[in-house]
Amino acid sequence: MYRSLFSRDLFSELDRLQREMGGLFDYSPAIRGLGRGGYPALNVGSTPTAVEVYAFAPGIDPATIEVNLDRGVLTIAGERKRAAPAGSDEKTTVHLDERFAGRFRRVVSMPDDIDPAAVNAEYRDGVLRVTVKRREAAQPRRIEVQ
Amino acid sequence: MNNVTRTTPENPTLARQEAALLPPVDVIEDSTGITLYADMPGVPKDKLQLRVDNDQLMLEGEIVLPLSQGLESAHAEVSLSRYRRAFTLSKELDADKVSAELSQGVLRVRIPKAAHAQPRRVEVRVA
Repeated sequence: MYRSLFSRDLFSELDRLQREMGGLFDYSPAIRGLGRGGYPALNVGSTPTAVEVYAFAPGIDPATIEVNLDRGVLTIAGERKRAAPAGSDEKTTVHLDERFAGRFRRVVSMPDDIDPAAVNAEYRDGVLRVTVKRREAAQPRRIEVQ
Repeated sequence: MNNVTRTTPENPTLARQEAALLPPVDVIEDSTGITLYADMPGVPKDKLQLRVDNDQLMLEGEIVLPLSQGLESAHAEVSLSRYRRAFTLSKELDADKVSAELSQGVLRVRIPKAAHAQPRRVEVRVA
């Protein structure tokens, strides 16, 4: 179902803009140790009344996530601390270490018709959902015929 | 705005082995057991399955997002709605005493070592 909802072949304007903004990463993927996208993974969707951004950012204190909307650019930033190994046992061995740790920042360009005052963010089950409403004037309206 | 959590009754793919995301994990071993952390954002507690089958530990979870009506995708990096990953446990681990907790999309699993496998200090005497 996500295949149809967030399908790959619907990659569009937002994706292109976002890659342009994150262009730096594309030139130095190895040194930053990030694949395409990085942490947190983002899904962006739109409805006639709002733009929805889902950031898959597990294990973060919601109070420390910075969400900024500045001149049509939405920035999600924060830090994920490495989970301290339970009990500093000197016999502790790390077998796998795949989870992201450190500071992160991701940027998404918003369309022109958004209302910068109507932004709402909620964090649940490790997913940050940012809803940016579109301006009333930009929303589709049915016009009465006199 | 409706909180539509779509389960897909028209889509019978859940029955067979559906393609799934591989959640990143950290595995840390200390002298009394193994702790595993897995990132599974978007999975609520009731959609998480943790199974121990003989020596197989299987993590599985389904992503449930609050979706607005008429949402169309513009960009997707998470394009599957399921996580799955399996691990083979070794003999000295006590599969009956596995405990787990899920918090903010991070699953923490603790697998203690069986009592006979706990480290013991052996005195070395000088002859």
